[in-house]
Amino acid sequence: MSNHTGDLTISQPPGCTENTVTNETPPAPIASTKGLNADLVFKGVTAAFAFSILVILALMALEMVKESLPTIKAFGWEFINSSDWNPVQDTFGALPYIWGSVVSSILALALATPLSVGTALFITEIAPRKFGGVVASLVELLAAIPSVIYGLWGVLVMAPWLQQTVQPFLIEHFGFLPFFQGAPYGVSMLAAVFILMIMVIPIITSITKEVLLAVPQSQREAAIALGATRWEMIRMAVLPYGRSGILGAVILGLGRAIGETMAVTMVIGNTPQISLSLLSPAYTMPSVIANEFAETTSKLHASALMEIGLILLAVTLVINVMARLLLWGMTRQAAGGAK
Amino acid sequence: MNPKVKIDKLNVHFGQTHAVKDVSIDVPENTVTAIIGPSGCGKSTMLRSLNRMHDLFPSARVTGKVLLDGGDIYDRKVDPVSIRRRVGMVFQKPNPFPAMSIYDNVVAGYKLNGRVKKSDADEIVETSLRRVALWDEVKDRLKNNSMELSGGQQQRLCIARTIAVQPEVILMDEPASALDPISTLKIEELIEELAEKYTIIIVTHNMQQAARVSDYTAFFYMGDLIEWGETKKLFTTPEKKQTEDYITGRFG
Ligand SMILES: Nc1ncnc2c1ncn2[C@@H]1O[C@H](COP(=O)(O)OP(=O)(O)OP(=O)(O)O)[C@@H](O)[C@H]1O
Ligand SMILES: [Mg+2]
Repeated sequence: MSNHTGDLTISQPPGCTENTVTNETPPAPIASTKGLNADLVFKGVTAAFAFSILVILALMALEMVKESLPTIKAFGWEFINSSDWNPVQDTFGALPYIWGSVVSSILALALATPLSVGTALFITEIAPRKFGGVVASLVELLAAIPSVIYGLWGVLVMAPWLQQTVQPFLIEHFGFLPFFQGAPYGVSMLAAVFILMIMVIPIITSITKEVLLAVPQSQREAAIALGATRWEMIRMAVLPYGRSGILGAVILGLGRAIGETMAVTMVIGNTPQISLSLLSPAYTMPSVIANEFAETTSKLHASALMEIGLILLAVTLVINVMARLLLWGMTRQAAGGAK
Repeated sequence: MNPKVKIDKLNVHFGQTHAVKDVSIDVPENTVTAIIGPSGCGKSTMLRSLNRMHDLFPSARVTGKVLLDGGDIYDRKVDPVSIRRRVGMVFQKPNPFPAMSIYDNVVAGYKLNGRVKKSDADEIVETSLRRVALWDEVKDRLKNNSMELSGGQQQRLCIARTIAVQPEVILMDEPASALDPISTLKIEELIEELAEKYTIIIVTHNMQQAARVSDYTAFFYMGDLIEWGETKKLFTTPEKKQTEDYITGRFG
């Protein structure tokens, strides 16, 4: 019976009502068959729930493909290769949004990964147990803050600070680099990178923490017994053992960053341009959908937004599956011991 | 001759549990000392206090002295890391580093000393693997992952990794208990050979093994050291009734 737990972890879709439960309550006279029947029903119902998730996902994807067909037909690959987004003239190229999403997410991850892995290492390897637990809960608390609040803070506090302090400093000292040219606007790619960084730190940290906790104690002892210091133990035994899991955590963070809408929309400046400079405003895929869906000017415009959504869906699906596989491999390895 | 390791009134507490009680043993250089006793009697705890492994667990409290060549390893001024380089340890379950090749496993500890020349590393790998009689079995696949070795081979790899850092003392906690009889035999032969160069302290549940490989044997019961002395004598004419009961298998 314990093998049912696998099905149970899948949350039940709200729209999916099942009558079978009530119909099947059997008038069974013999206790053992009653248990058996109930068990079968239970199995069937949970399986149906699980299956319906897949069906919903498939239906959604199908619908999105259907809705995007107009732009797919009209522009083909040009859609993701062109920067010309002009609803008035019905020409749509999504490259600036793809660029904005990819660059903001990757840079946010590049900054967040060392911070997160460092925090996770602090929690599991360095801090005293109780204190580590407190830090871990605080980090998890960060993940519970609604993204609109991050956005609000970003616009009202961080963006002005960037505009008045950070960006002028970057322009003055690193202005010769193409990444720090232009005027300080505050709202910019840089602001989005920082906001995303803050938002993915909790998820990467807490998953990395789980991964590190799954590293067998025998691995640490092996390193320590060879005369490793704590840091050498981390480098020699802990991180290599957990590397695929940590990669999974980072990729999961990437999925979160790419899909993040609200906070980014509030701080990135929403200007569809491809600029090397981090000080320039930019635009992302989720942001353009959120900003334009309510006032689509034509069928083609709606289709263009739908196609961006489709790309986003595909990318996040692939990213999440990849991350889950890595994490799953890691926990399986840990469960099997270091043999 | 002064003992290589002198355990002097050693006590270990885990919270309320008094796991090792006032134990004193002398371990002469280049000998094998076996520690036997029923499960939970404190053998592992004793062994792990000899290279300050308990430092990892704040719950363990160690008092008393452990003298290595006359110097107390628990002295405030002593760096535990330097002790562990001199006192290596082999564990019950083989624990090679799974992300590393066979080659890298052997030199993992050695590399902690700093940058290593490739030729030096090659030499260390070959001599260490030869010592544990693993060289012929793996010499053509040194770059392969260590996880593809059998359990017995992995354990010999772990021993090679330990001797590669050239410790003076090697602690072994039931090193063969997870292995088949043939691998066990190989490990036992290896222990006898290693005793020419190293001082070895081995925990074992297997009385025949203790009798076969060790020069001295210590018998523990419930945290107390009941008796220790030359293995031959302890197994033929034990002084204490408890010891006799245990080695003849009459123990409750
Ligand atoms: N980390 C720990 N925390 C608390 N108590 C411990 C810890 N390690 C060991 N003990 C306790 O110390 C006592 C001795 O344990 P130890 O592992 O040394 O026994 P052992 O002789 O090695 O047994 P076995 O032959 O089963 O390996 C036991 O009562 C055990 O419960
Ligand atoms: Mg033990």
